[in-house]
Amino acid sequence: MLDNLHNVNIAIVAAPLIGALIAGLFGGAIGRVGAHTVAIIGVAIAFLLSLLMFNHVVVQDAGIVTHSVYTWLVSDGITFEVGFLVDKLSAMMMVVVTFVSLMVHIYTIGYMAHDEENWPEGSGAGRNSYQRFFSYISLFTFSMLMLVMANNFMQLFFGWEAVGLVSYLLIGFWLKRPTATYANLKAFLVNRVGDFGFLLGIAGVLMYFNTLDYAAVFNAAELHKDLTMSLWPGAEWSVMTVICILLFVGAMGKSAQVPLHVWLPDSMEGPTPISALIHAATMVTAGIFMVARMSPLFELSETALSFILIIGAITALFMGFLGIIQNDIKRVVAYSTLSQLGYMTVALGASAYAAGVFHLMTHAFFKALLFLAAGSVIIAMHHEQDMRRMGGLRKYMPITWITSLIGSLALIGTPGFAGFFSKDLIIEAVHASQLPGAGFAYVCVLLGVFVTAFYSFRMYFLVFHGKERFRDVHHGHGHHAVHEPHETPWVVTLPLIALAIPSVLAGGMYITEMGFGNFFGAAIQVLPQHDVLGQLAQNYHGAWGMVLHGFLTAPFWLALAGVVTAWLLYMKFTHVPALIQARLQIIYSILEQKYGFDRFNDWFFAGGSRGIGRLLWQWGDVRLIDGLLVNGSARTVGWLSSVVRHVQSGYLYHYAFAMILGLLLMLALFVIAG
Amino acid sequence: MIPLSNYLILGAILFCISMAGVFINRKNLIILLMCVELMLLAVNMNFIAFSHFLGDSGGQVFVFFILTVAAAEAAIGLAILVVLFRNRHSINVADLDSLKG
Repeated sequence: MLDNLHNVNIAIVAAPLIGALIAGLFGGAIGRVGAHTVAIIGVAIAFLLSLLMFNHVVVQDAGIVTHSVYTWLVSDGITFEVGFLVDKLSAMMMVVVTFVSLMVHIYTIGYMAHDEENWPEGSGAGRNSYQRFFSYISLFTFSMLMLVMANNFMQLFFGWEAVGLVSYLLIGFWLKRPTATYANLKAFLVNRVGDFGFLLGIAGVLMYFNTLDYAAVFNAAELHKDLTMSLWPGAEWSVMTVICILLFVGAMGKSAQVPLHVWLPDSMEGPTPISALIHAATMVTAGIFMVARMSPLFELSETALSFILIIGAITALFMGFLGIIQNDIKRVVAYSTLSQLGYMTVALGASAYAAGVFHLMTHAFFKALLFLAAGSVIIAMHHEQDMRRMGGLRKYMPITWITSLIGSLALIGTPGFAGFFSKDLIIEAVHASQLPGAGFAYVCVLLGVFVTAFYSFRMYFLVFHGKERFRDVHHGHGHHAVHEPHETPWVVTLPLIALAIPSVLAGGMYITEMGFGNFFGAAIQVLPQHDVLGQLAQNYHGAWGMVLHGFLTAPFWLALAGVVTAWLLYMKFTHVPALIQARLQIIYSILEQKYGFDRFNDWFFAGGSRGIGRLLWQWGDVRLIDGLLVNGSARTVGWLSSVVRHVQSGYLYHYAFAMILGLLLMLALFVIAG
Repeated sequence: MIPLSNYLILGAILFCISMAGVFINRKNLIILLMCVELMLLAVNMNFIAFSHFLGDSGGQVFVFFILTVAAAEAAIGLAILVVLFRNRHSINVADLDSLKG
């Protein structure tokens, strides 16, 4: 039985990989239909087998499955190996990842159907781009599964880098667009910063624990609680704090937390299915997953937890503000993702790991839904992304409309929807937390509810209700007929419906177990003094009780206020937003500049690197190495020989004289010394 | 009886004269060759003097060798000189500076 499960684990990661390889390497031979069939079959197999593992590990509660598959190398007693660990945490992640990935695969058939239009006439790069796209997303599924199923830090790092690579490839998928290549470079570089911290964290683990295996590290964590290390002379830091903060820096890069968030909004340059799969549902939550997985380590450092709490709170609130002023439909959802990632991070910081992972799951469903719905709108509007040129789409695309509404309601935390349970749980957990910074975080997440509701419904009203503004747009290139929006094909709407169902139900179904029960078992460890969810559980009386109570709490009224404000501003008094913008020009321009992070990075890091590069080039290379060392030594030799050549007069008697002189000197030496 | 030192002084004088000839002479290559011959003779003088005073006739044998070599050298030197004159139309030492760097 166990051997079979081991094979199942291998099949889960192998299926998408084989799909990716076939679609990528033989894309030309098997054609479009062949490529998407192969890729979808691969991911479907992974999904079904993940359900099997979920059934075994969670439903039947038959214990964790952990095994090593291949030992890469053994060096000085440290084993580097490929191995799988399927406990309740990774089983849940596997189901979420493969489910969303499967939906996105199906959706992509519709979204990328006319991909030739994105490639300039005659460009060689455009050939088989459809197959290439499927190859990449299957490869992504493989990488993400490697990440979540890892049983050691090395494989975690492999998956971590591999998802980053695929993210890079897919953001720049339309590589003829300068903005896309800029965005993927930016994503790659910003992630390097985070990954460097992550790698240092892993190095720290290896240094103090002398192993990379999860179980061994977590078992030994308690022993290292009081160790200190000196970062620089005179600064004694707890080893756990240093390791945890370094690991969290990796999570900040991958999960786009302030100040390493700058790449995520730009990553919207990639095709929409990617935004849904990678930049909303799965890859960006890898950081959250990682911290939850490392909970036995993070629990030992309150400093690190406070740090996480504050970073998450800043991200949750201030990235939400930016969503308010965006006009690009995908960017609104992107900033919403940043803000929700902030919520998850706050939950981690408050030691409510289960709540963070719970929100990760519900968010994966409704944010993928919102992204795919946005993509559906974009298809209907013929690749128009500006919300100011939409409006009134409700009656043209009813399925997209209703699923978007469900997604938005889930996002803002309407009682009963999935987002309500997870978000309320986070807010309550932060409220109950005693860690330094929890008060600040509570204010941030509470205000964030209003902001979330406001920008979500601003987008919803601008797109689906109101005046049909797309009729006012005159296309410059001649044809006067307005493109009539139409509902998208079934391959697009089917995933929307399939994602809408868990967006409603997943919260109520799992709140009791995941939030308050012992769903994750030993996968997540919380110290008794940090156990905020345990405290909350004492006042918990079932999902219905929570829904009914939800109508009486501040988050519900704040969300309602946000929706009403959005309705007033964008449906009732549509001239008011422009007035507000004119009156609050300073705030507006700060938001427009995204708090100046991009400008600062451009000036300080990019400009600074260019400055250092120029310095090294002009002074180091041209003057020092080329001028002084290479040409300088040649010049010195030339000068020396031009002096010495005067000795060579060419006259015999000079040479004879030199010979005699030498003879005399040697003779004198011989006589004196002898 | 003439003491050994007199012979040696004579040899040294001869050697110095020939050396001065090599340095001072800037005109004629033939004189240069003659000076070299004279140098060898100065050495011969020493050999013979030591041979006589030490009672070892090996020194006199060496003198014959040196004379033979000197004769061969003179033959080669004069042959080079002839070829040199044919090419450069001069045996002026001051003109021969092709080795100048």
